[in-house]
Amino acid sequence: MIAALTVVTAACGAAPTTQTQTTTGGVNAATATSAADFGGLDKLVEAAKKEGNLHVIALPPDWANYGEIIKKFEEKYGIKIESENPDASSADEINAVKTRKGQDRAPDVLDVGQAFGFSGAKEGLYAAYKVQSWDKIPDGQKDPNGLWVNDYGGYVSIGCDAKKIGTCPKTFADLLKPEYKGKVALNGNPNKSGSAFAGVWAASLGQGGSLDDIAPGVQFFKKLKDVGNFNPVESTPATVEKGETPISIDWDYLNAGYREQFLPKGLDFQVAVPSDGVYAQYYVQAINKDAPHPAAARLWMEFLYSAEGQNLWLKGGARPVLMPSMTADGTIDKALADKLPPVEGEAKFPTEDQVTKAKDDLAKTWDAAVAG
Amino acid sequence: MRRTLGALPLLAFVTLAFGIPAIAMVAGAFTVEGSPGFGNLALTLQGGYLLALGNSVKLSAMVAVLGAVLGTFLAQAVVTSRSTALREAVLTASGVLANFGGVPLAFFWVATLGNSGVISGLLGLPSGSLFTFWGLALVYLYFSVPLMVLVIAPALDGLRPQWREAAANNGATTWQYWRYVALPVLTPGLLGGVVLLFGSAFAAYATASAMGAGTVLPLVTLKIAAALSGDVQTGFENIGLALSLDMVLVAALVMAIYLPLQRRSTRWLQ
Repeated sequence: MIAALTVVTAACGAAPTTQTQTTTGGVNAATATSAADFGGLDKLVEAAKKEGNLHVIALPPDWANYGEIIKKFEEKYGIKIESENPDASSADEINAVKTRKGQDRAPDVLDVGQAFGFSGAKEGLYAAYKVQSWDKIPDGQKDPNGLWVNDYGGYVSIGCDAKKIGTCPKTFADLLKPEYKGKVALNGNPNKSGSAFAGVWAASLGQGGSLDDIAPGVQFFKKLKDVGNFNPVESTPATVEKGETPISIDWDYLNAGYREQFLPKGLDFQVAVPSDGVYAQYYVQAINKDAPHPAAARLWMEFLYSAEGQNLWLKGGARPVLMPSMTADGTIDKALADKLPPVEGEAKFPTEDQVTKAKDDLAKTWDAAVAG
Repeated sequence: MRRTLGALPLLAFVTLAFGIPAIAMVAGAFTVEGSPGFGNLALTLQGGYLLALGNSVKLSAMVAVLGAVLGTFLAQAVVTSRSTALREAVLTASGVLANFGGVPLAFFWVATLGNSGVISGLLGLPSGSLFTFWGLALVYLYFSVPLMVLVIAPALDGLRPQWREAAANNGATTWQYWRYVALPVLTPGLLGGVVLLFGSAFAAYATASAMGAGTVLPLVTLKIAAALSGDVQTGFENIGLALSLDMVLVAALVMAIYLPLQRRSTRWLQ
């Protein structure tokens, strides 16, 4: 039980290998900042195929459809994806980049939480790369130099087991009603889980807070605890299915995924995006600066930000970052887009300073407010 | 000199295996944004971190004392029982259960006493009652009591029947026998058991983490995990190391109390 603290990535030891630089026609893949640097996408594909492998970490197959995305990429380009430790956290990914620097087993690409996008870029861990659809990605959703780009995201939502709960709550205000005693759960501790962190921020927006001020969100959960509605169990697909967490605040794409998963089992899991706390967040995609397979890493990015890749995320119930432009040019999968839960109001995105302030405030205040 | 020579490989190994992480921990704990300072340690003694540290100490102390008392009574009942089958069964089960920690233990309790657990439905327990201080103490006792049985059973075996007979021949009551003969002999073992139980509860992580207890009952091990491997906190690594240092200090404090006591109680035995 003590050993569990060991960071998974550190345990694997060193496997010294010499890094081979891929150069095709005089192009150094490790420093290429766009497909044009290779002489076009075809040349990039060629270089990537020559490398043959792509090393990824922390991509759970049941999260935003990653299982299918990995399969499609492998089929399309004949590049083998070695997916390691799918349930690792963002911090584990960054650790893997640092501790396996120069090794063949270092992760090529990263999918991390927003805060790690900012901090990794600051620490110089990422390679600058602009995908072909770069210009269509909205400003504020990408690093101006191409060090990181938002990939897919969603809204904080309230999932509810309609068979167990008579009337499902639709807003944060609803959650305080006496009928939900001991039923409202978060997906983890907001000091550790990105979705729980977003849940607190969403609650804050509905309670008079702002992107500068997460405190009203903490107060909301304190109130929820005081009236006896807060359920301390951290929700997972298993706890949702078992009825341990009949109401669960989580990303809409995860809750929607559970709905699909549970329908055949006779569970009616409903998903609502609360109108009094509209908060969206995207995860971030980045390339390891010392990627052992630099061309494959860049091709992976091109694939993710192609219409095909974006629609695959959409299939997982997540909102891909190119959704606005794809809706405009008609490349979006309409049927899938219509399945997303409706959202009232518009989401705003926090800046780096706002994220830093919120996580520091939460580290200081959350435990004292909700413990006991 | 020659006698210590044989121990050299072991000493070298210990120095490497414990020394390097210890140095890394201390160095990190005293590094604030690249320069030396006490900021991290000061932070761990405030707000949520202090609360977590306090919770961990309280929970471990409670589990240690309760586990020691319950374990000793159980072991005494088994040791003095005439049935060897019962004795063998309990000691074997203790050996297994003392190592039954982590995620399986958490699932075991959630399935039994969780919000939709088998027993909690029958008892009509309110939602979340397993995820409280006493709920977690109960879960920890599940591996602590068997651990205590294993530690104390040999000591109880060491109480010779002749001592009891001698005490009885001299007119001592049962109470007097325990108070003046048995307990003093048992004290080092009991103290050792309490310290061992405290340590295992204090360092426990996987069980509490799998139960998701961190939100209602912040524990220092869970805070370290949040700082070192999460999706939210960046740049908290050294605070995690400072929390680890706090844990080492607490453990050292417990040993500092235990060692003199143990020395006092063993002195007259020699």
